[in-house]
Amino acid sequence: MFLIKCPYCGDERSELEFRWAGEAHIARPENIAAISDEEFAEYFFLRDNTKGVAYERWRHIHGCGRFFNAIRDTVSDNFLLTYKAGLPRQPVPGPQPVTPDAPEGGAA
Amino acid sequence: MTKKSFRIKGAGRLTPARTARFTFDGKTYTAYEGDTVASALLANGVHLMGRSFKYHRARGVLSAGAEEPNALIDVARDAARRQPNVRASVQDVFDGAIIRSQNRWPTLAFDTGAINNLLSPFFAAGFYYKTFMWPKEAWAKLYEPIIRRAAGLGVAPKEDDPDHYANRFAHCDVLVAGAGVAGLTAALSAAETGAEVILVDERAEVGGALLFDTSTMIDGRPGYDWAQDVLSRLKAMANVTVLTRTTAFGYYTHNFIGLAERVTDHLPRPGKHLPRERLWQVRAKKVIMATGAIERHMVFANNDRPGIMLASAARLYLNHYGVAVGEKIGVYTAHDSAYEAAIDLKHAGVEIAAIVDCRTHPGEAVVSAARALGIEVLTGHSVLDTAGRLRVSSMTVAPNGGNGKRRIAIDALLMSGGWTPSVHLFSQSRGKLKFDKAKDRFLPGLHVQDGVSIGACNGTDDLPALLAEAAAAGGGTLSVSGSSLYGWTGGMIGAAEGAGPETAVKAFVDFQHDVTAKDIRLAVREGMQSIEHIKRFTTNGMASDQGKLSNMHGLAIAAEMLGKDIPEVGLTTFRAPYTPVTYGTLIAHSRGDLFDPARKTPLHDELATQGAEFEDVGNWKRAWYFPRRGEDMHQAVNRECRTARETAGIFDASTLGKIEVVGPDAAKFLNLLYTNAWDTLKPGKCRYGIMTREDGFIYDDGVVGRLTEDRFHVTTTTGGAPRVLAHMEDYLQTEFPDLKVWLTSTTEQWAVIAVQGPKARDIIAPLVEGLDLSNEAFPHMSVAECTVMGVPARLFRVSFTGEIGFEINVPADYGASVWKAIWERGQALGACLYGTETMHVLRAEKGYLIVGQDTDGTVTPDDAGYGWAVSKKKPDFVGIRGLQRPDLIRENRKQLVGLLTKDPTEVLEEGGQIVADPNQPKPMTMLGHVTSAYWSETLGRSIAIALVAGGRARMGETLYVPMKDKTIAVEVTDMVFFDKEGGRIHG
Amino acid sequence: MRKYSVFAVAREAMRSHKGWEPQWVSPEPRASYDVIIIGGGGHGLGAAYYLAQEHGITNVAVIEKGWLGGGNTGRNTTIIRSNYLYEESMDIYEHSLKLWEGLSQELNYNVMYSPRGVMMLSHNTHDQQSFKRHINANRLYGIDNEWLTPEQAKAFCPPLDISKTARYPINGAALQKRGGTARHDAVAWGYARAASDLGVHIIQNCEVTGIRRGPGGEVTGVETARGFIGAKKIGVSASGHSSMIMQMADVRVPLTSNPLQALVSEPLKPIFPCVVMSNTVHAYISQSDKGELVIGAGTDQYHSYSQTGGLQIITHTLDAICELFPIFRRVKMMRQWGGITDNTPDRSAIQSVTPVKNLFVNCGWGTGGFKATPGSANLFAHLIARGEPHRLAAGLTLDRFRTGRLIDEAAAAAVAH
Repeated sequence: MFLIKCPYCGDERSELEFRWAGEAHIARPENIAAISDEEFAEYFFLRDNTKGVAYERWRHIHGCGRFFNAIRDTVSDNFLLTYKAGLPRQPVPGPQPVTPDAPEGGAA
Repeated sequence: MTKKSFRIKGAGRLTPARTARFTFDGKTYTAYEGDTVASALLANGVHLMGRSFKYHRARGVLSAGAEEPNALIDVARDAARRQPNVRASVQDVFDGAIIRSQNRWPTLAFDTGAINNLLSPFFAAGFYYKTFMWPKEAWAKLYEPIIRRAAGLGVAPKEDDPDHYANRFAHCDVLVAGAGVAGLTAALSAAETGAEVILVDERAEVGGALLFDTSTMIDGRPGYDWAQDVLSRLKAMANVTVLTRTTAFGYYTHNFIGLAERVTDHLPRPGKHLPRERLWQVRAKKVIMATGAIERHMVFANNDRPGIMLASAARLYLNHYGVAVGEKIGVYTAHDSAYEAAIDLKHAGVEIAAIVDCRTHPGEAVVSAARALGIEVLTGHSVLDTAGRLRVSSMTVAPNGGNGKRRIAIDALLMSGGWTPSVHLFSQSRGKLKFDKAKDRFLPGLHVQDGVSIGACNGTDDLPALLAEAAAAGGGTLSVSGSSLYGWTGGMIGAAEGAGPETAVKAFVDFQHDVTAKDIRLAVREGMQSIEHIKRFTTNGMASDQGKLSNMHGLAIAAEMLGKDIPEVGLTTFRAPYTPVTYGTLIAHSRGDLFDPARKTPLHDELATQGAEFEDVGNWKRAWYFPRRGEDMHQAVNRECRTARETAGIFDASTLGKIEVVGPDAAKFLNLLYTNAWDTLKPGKCRYGIMTREDGFIYDDGVVGRLTEDRFHVTTTTGGAPRVLAHMEDYLQTEFPDLKVWLTSTTEQWAVIAVQGPKARDIIAPLVEGLDLSNEAFPHMSVAECTVMGVPARLFRVSFTGEIGFEINVPADYGASVWKAIWERGQALGACLYGTETMHVLRAEKGYLIVGQDTDGTVTPDDAGYGWAVSKKKPDFVGIRGLQRPDLIRENRKQLVGLLTKDPTEVLEEGGQIVADPNQPKPMTMLGHVTSAYWSETLGRSIAIALVAGGRARMGETLYVPMKDKTIAVEVTDMVFFDKEGGRIHG
Repeated sequence: MRKYSVFAVAREAMRSHKGWEPQWVSPEPRASYDVIIIGGGGHGLGAAYYLAQEHGITNVAVIEKGWLGGGNTGRNTTIIRSNYLYEESMDIYEHSLKLWEGLSQELNYNVMYSPRGVMMLSHNTHDQQSFKRHINANRLYGIDNEWLTPEQAKAFCPPLDISKTARYPINGAALQKRGGTARHDAVAWGYARAASDLGVHIIQNCEVTGIRRGPGGEVTGVETARGFIGAKKIGVSASGHSSMIMQMADVRVPLTSNPLQALVSEPLKPIFPCVVMSNTVHAYISQSDKGELVIGAGTDQYHSYSQTGGLQIITHTLDAICELFPIFRRVKMMRQWGGITDNTPDRSAIQSVTPVKNLFVNCGWGTGGFKATPGSANLFAHLIARGEPHRLAAGLTLDRFRTGRLIDEAAAAAVAH
């Protein structure tokens, strides 16, 4: 269970209070009615699904209710930064964290 | 079985004065309080405690801890409180315990399953992949049932568990896992800094290895005494929580640790208030892993007979429980620690037949000490085999590589292959392991979470170094001194002498799963090169002990066979839990009503009083219908429908989602979120709205009332309320943040009472104050704020039945009293209560759709016949572009239409599929499906709504709904079945 | 290839099983292949097998970053069924189920396909409408699926609680009798052995780091940890990692990789005869041949490649399991683990040509990949060999996200795979 710092509340809280809300910094096209089918598919469906440092949105749904952005390493699941919605894409802070090995193991 | 006691006078720490009686396979035994089942049985001379998984070989207890693979028992207080697969080495004896052995028939001593042992040449690893394939059906019908019956260990409980369980969330600065010498030191060091500390240990007592290691002195005292002293100091500190009988079973992301505390399983008569077990979910700023090491067995022929066990286990049974595991004991070792077991036993008066050490140069100190006691030490020798059916009776010893076999009579054999650091938690934390080639072991390398490993699990063998490391890890200035009598050397992994690749002996690597060294070699021979493949092919390490003893041996044997270094072959990552955790513990309170608390409307009790049958709709309980005496559902619904159409019906609509949309830009916002136009809606009026997502498919619908210029009362479907609000918030906060709009969920703030039918106005009019309800003043699709019986209310003139209708919203707390008054008025005028079923019928008669029933996430507004609700003028709304995609504007999309069965008495099945030609071969081309189907009492016939390809162009066409036993002919019609002109709604 | 049989096993038993050959060989890679499959799971190995067996293309390599079957093939809960709603789904899953029924014989490898029945529990009117829609569609399509009353469901699965006082009482169930389970590792190994026998190269521990393109934009091979390996055609079948591989060829795919967890209990004597799924309470369960209760947990909400997930997902799943089967509260969880599922927006797979010439992709199987293994592999081989999809997989194109012609099993039914 993640521990997530809400940039509005300033607190680290359990993941149970949050909802993941997909990749960050995907703006709705201003002229959405005029874009092509390809551009619409790009906007609505295609995602980077980054392995490694990814920008994503969360919502502190059982807290302040605000959407915010986060930078998380999707291999270690460590949060590198959370920041308020509306701010531009923030640089990745500090030294890159250690990437753990993928665990093995499986079913019966 | 002998009646003799194997308790050694003066040995151990248990009190003979306090005894407990228990039965094992029906026979009564006496134990001391504090005994485990294993120590108690051993004290009674019983070694045979289980049967293995595959070959049903007789097995005794191998260990004295959580790593036990053999002695798995069934422990019961009564029929319902029965627990299979319990480790005898961990379970405390309590007075009255009913213990049974497992996986044997008819008895543990005579088990017919042991025939598998004779057939074992056939049952090599992976044999089942190569056979049981003919004939084709025989696997599932014949072979598999036989295999399943033979497999499995314990028998699952048959009754509902009467015990209860608890859950605690906790935060701490330091969590210390393991209360051995390292963990105690670290915990004390941390506690002295004032840090919040939680110290856990899986055993009943703290001390770890100090429980058996009587030759270690710490701070000038015997280690065990020191440990108890530290414990009392810790317990006296307010910032420390000590949890014994508690296993740190999982180390999850962001320093989140799962603990399982066993609260009552050791108590003879636990109080009812006590939970059986408690789950702790701990978020620690720092985790100190002091998880120790586990002794390995030796891999040699027939190393699994009852009486053969780990040397440290025998030492613990002697030094802690006061039990000698035999009278004439052999030792087979590759590590110095086993000598200490022999020395302790010899001191206690037990005969040591010989210490067989495969090394030519063991630690001199232990050899001298043993020889000084007159123990025969055979260095450079190995045990090649053992004998004995239900208990080991002899070992065959020979010099390494030479001749001169010697058979030595014994009744127990202690083994030590050295010690494997317990890196399970570290591995779960996703730390990277490193291989210590000098000592053939994996040790914690890089910690990737805020954790640190200390002591034996970190490979720190030297006691002073360990104490310093532990004190430093705790962050304090504590200084502890300690000394051991002997330094330990040695250790081996892999097959011992006489069990090499050239042999065909059964040298067990994984006891529970009967995996032998030759099975592992077979896996390699068959091309399995990764340790994961070898594990899966042989099932090595996959038993309930999860490879605590077997993993390193298996790896070494595979590496040797592959001619590779051990790290190249790899180590299986350990997965949680460290030891098995009861489902009940993980669930804790989440059962029954607390599994998923039911949502009830403010009117729920009133409805129940009136005899409502309820149905689950999402997590809501909704009144389904109101049967009168003798009525079945069908009759009740028919009556409710008839009454509502002829007189009036009263309905609890409180579950409808409600969102208050407020602000100067509220209309602009709704314009963007709904397909309809809202700026044209005047205050005091309502409009039906359709919401799509960007993809253009119907997401939700509902009536929206405009109360004032800047205030809208939005309703959503019952199930859709949370996601609609989230969807709105998402756009408001992130796409349209400049709009001045505030959103508030008001679903639970309002009780909503719908009154529908020709007499609806008559019923409510006397109760409504300050509002003219006439058609002229308050026509259909009006909304107003007023008071009802003095209660502030929002009154909607809306209809989901096609009749004149009102929905009265009053604050939830007033709901019941207003409801009662309306019901009283309604009864007087001949109205009825109706539930969701009647609501469905009435709306279907009018062709009103239900999102989620008549639509399914693939239906556009136009498909549903609501193309009119999509504004053609707005420059933008969510869904505007998605709706224009090629597939959404193509011909022949599925459209909602009405269906009338040719036989009016036939009610279609919701979910029935529609075809044009019922006689076509399968797979048939299906045109769509029936989304709603009811008996319409009003029309005296059945009606249905369906999604049909090109449906609106098929009016009057005959289509077919093929059922299992018949084919139903239907005619495609308009969706409005009743009052097509719509006059009734205007009353 | 030495044929496996009871006689072969008996013969080997006489000589301590020392005569068995490696099930597959791992040769040095050639300079180039006609086809390279990226991803050595069941789908990739199966595709290689069918390329060789059905299309005569034997100059094939399967390149796997880790060990065969170590991804979702070895991490799933092995449920097999074909009672899906849409024709596109029924086509591929039923094709798959039919292949499952003869797979042990086809591969001469016992994959332990066990049609013990997959029962989906209905808890409310909405479930019932949805299940009947499935049942009727399945029947008209020639796929078995039947409605059971609560009493019939209980008779089929005795541990089930059908009392009316349950939090979510059961009002019926949909049963596909031909559904069941299989042995996951055996599927990967069986395909690997059969493919290897036909000349396919199986290259493990070899990570693909790039996809090389020719002047016309077509693929020419892959960069790997062991150097460049040429290929006329490339098929990507890398489940959770498909996004990363496709990005090497500058192709974006609509995937989100989510953690999916599962767990097993300690081994128990037979107590659970079938597979049971409940979407309303979010749980599915069966019992393995070894006696472990195999339980699928839910998907963690975020995208991740960590192959781990939160404890709250596990506990919530067990809440649901014990709500349905209260007698299991004293059973113990023995092991939990996680995999990475690749989920598409419509929860249906992608098996498609791509904008890059001679690059084909098979991904997006989400939580349904295991049951699809033989069918997907078989049709993916067809796609790679012919350059165009088989009729049965024609709807699984990438292009559907442009046109909007989605196959929305999730929206239509809200039934987990």
